[in-house]
Amino acid sequence: MEYFDTVIVVLQSTVRLSVPLILTALAGLYAERSGVVDIGLEGKLLAAAFAGASAAAVLGNAWLGAAVAVMASMALAAVHGYASITQRGDQIVSGTALNFIAAGATVILGQAWFRQGGRTPALIGDARFGTWELPFADAVKDVPILGGIYSNLLSGHYLLTYIAFIMVPVSWWILFRTRFGLRLRAVGENPGAVDTAGISVVRLRYSAVLIGGILCGLAGAYLSIAMNAGFVKGMSAGKGFIALAALVFAKWKPRNILFACLLFGFLDALSIRMQGVALPLVGKVPVQVYQALPYVLTVILLAGFIGKAIPPKASGRPYVKER
Amino acid sequence: MSAPFAKLPAWAEYGLIPLINLIVAFLVAGLVVLFVGESPIQAAYLMVKGAFGSGEGVGFTLYYATYFIFTGLAVAVAFHAGLFNIGGEGQAYIAGVGVALVCLQYDTTLPWYLVFVLAVAASVAFGALWALIPAWLQAKRGSHIVITTIMFNYIASISMVYLLTRVLKPLGSMAPQTRTFEAGGQLPRLDWLLALFGLDVGYAPFNITFLLSLAVAFGIWLLLWRSKLGYEIRTLGHSPSAARYAGINQAKIIIVTMLISGGLAGLTALNPIMGDQYRLQLDFVNGAGFVGIAVALMGRSHPAGIIPAAILFGVLYQGGAEISFEMPNISRDMIVVIQGLVILFAGALEHMFRPTVIRLYQRMVAGSGKPATATGE
Repeated sequence: MEYFDTVIVVLQSTVRLSVPLILTALAGLYAERSGVVDIGLEGKLLAAAFAGASAAAVLGNAWLGAAVAVMASMALAAVHGYASITQRGDQIVSGTALNFIAAGATVILGQAWFRQGGRTPALIGDARFGTWELPFADAVKDVPILGGIYSNLLSGHYLLTYIAFIMVPVSWWILFRTRFGLRLRAVGENPGAVDTAGISVVRLRYSAVLIGGILCGLAGAYLSIAMNAGFVKGMSAGKGFIALAALVFAKWKPRNILFACLLFGFLDALSIRMQGVALPLVGKVPVQVYQALPYVLTVILLAGFIGKAIPPKASGRPYVKER
Repeated sequence: MSAPFAKLPAWAEYGLIPLINLIVAFLVAGLVVLFVGESPIQAAYLMVKGAFGSGEGVGFTLYYATYFIFTGLAVAVAFHAGLFNIGGEGQAYIAGVGVALVCLQYDTTLPWYLVFVLAVAASVAFGALWALIPAWLQAKRGSHIVITTIMFNYIASISMVYLLTRVLKPLGSMAPQTRTFEAGGQLPRLDWLLALFGLDVGYAPFNITFLLSLAVAFGIWLLLWRSKLGYEIRTLGHSPSAARYAGINQAKIIIVTMLISGGLAGLTALNPIMGDQYRLQLDFVNGAGFVGIAVALMGRSHPAGIIPAAILFGVLYQGGAEISFEMPNISRDMIVVIQGLVILFAGALEHMFRPTVIRLYQRMVAGSGKPATATGE
């Protein structure tokens, strides 16, 4: 039974840690499916986390915080859209720029506003999201196996956690079962054809990038208003890049994104859990091995050793009319 | 939409437009300063004073510039082949291991100039090696170099924590760093160079790596514009299909370019390790690899542009330290913001002001009665 509890604890933190990855990777999915490479996920995530925690701290309301987080992230997404769609600039350069601007500006503004060395004040009460207990979670807690799974693994998460998991099938439905999704995918594969059909490439790409902004904003809000009680300097800690890796790992497909993010979340949970624990045969594995695994796995996948990842055909290329 | 990218004369193309982009980046940075309640003019004054107000300031400015010349060249060489090496940070970091191993081995037995030669070789080798796998994957398996080099930055950073806390740390020490090098692992300062201009370098760790960086910049110019390899690199960057028709081995050029780029990033490690700290410690690269992106974009990937761009960022680093003394609201993270803005305006938005400049230029030419020969395409 103790073994079972350990598994549940690890899986529970897997769910907790994979939520920002899922939302961020889905954000990247919309942008990249429309042909706009989004390397600025990390910056948007960080900016949203900061803006959300700041607003929640000042206004004392987690929901308003999340709304501000989404707005901040969408503002950066709009800049990325302007640079890469309207100005036809290099999308990777633009994303890189946003990452730096977010990394620097969050610290400068945080210090100027709150004077706590780049932190925001700790969020208490209504300023932070509470967890949700599913119905009867308490009642069935003692049922063997199933009760543990229901009340400890499925219940007791933040609303944003459930939203993140629901967004996976919803995104699949939007991208693969609606007219908007069809057009969005077409614009990422062959923008010329979409243009010829009389549909605005620019408008489609902007909407994709802005949807990405919303999702990144929710991920940032989750980081600083739900999972943690406030913003800490550099708190996205490469999650945007891991999400990007998960997106590639998942070959730009929603269902695979869910599994890739859960896998990376699991590795993260494992690295926390396995600190100082000796494994059979190899003994104590340095914690750095677990930390490096998501990055190493991504490189191996990108190398095409676990099936080839083929990006949308027009991704990274600005669309020029009348050529 | 008739001719959005009409030709401009060289002074406008390489002087005016980059200058406008830069000025806009700094204006926006000034707005951020204003937003946190400080005076941008006062900040600019403090920055210039900190960077040039004393011999020591100049020494520090050029010390920082040395980092950015190397990392800027590293990014620029890759740019010429159409590759975005965002992994300079990790390559420089890993190169530090090479430098440290050479110094730890020979610092008591060999004079500094011999150790320096070995350390240069080691830094290039380690930096290039760290770029090799992403390069090979890009060339042979088509995996995106931007993502692989970012992954390698993280892997480098995690590996260095492991190496410094478990392997390279002397026994009985708590700090995650190697032992301090003896005389053989310490590079001479360039106090005489500044003394020529009547400046006292003070405690600034301005060292001979700076001269090496200038020589390397010249070497890279020779390589890119005066050698067959350089021609092939630029052809590949300009048009991969043209390179293929010309019989250029694409995979080979990609790998060779990335090895050069990684080696250049590796040289960065010499400056702090042998020139200032005399030991290998955590995070010694401190973002210099990323500054290289801004420097390369600002310097238009040409050594003659990269050196002044690197010095400008040296001014930002050194002057930024001065600002953070006087204005507690503006920490050195402001440099990261400026870096981002420079990348945005000089990189992603580089064409934003071009139509306006072209229109003004054409009006100017038409006004002076000369035929507008410069417009074309």
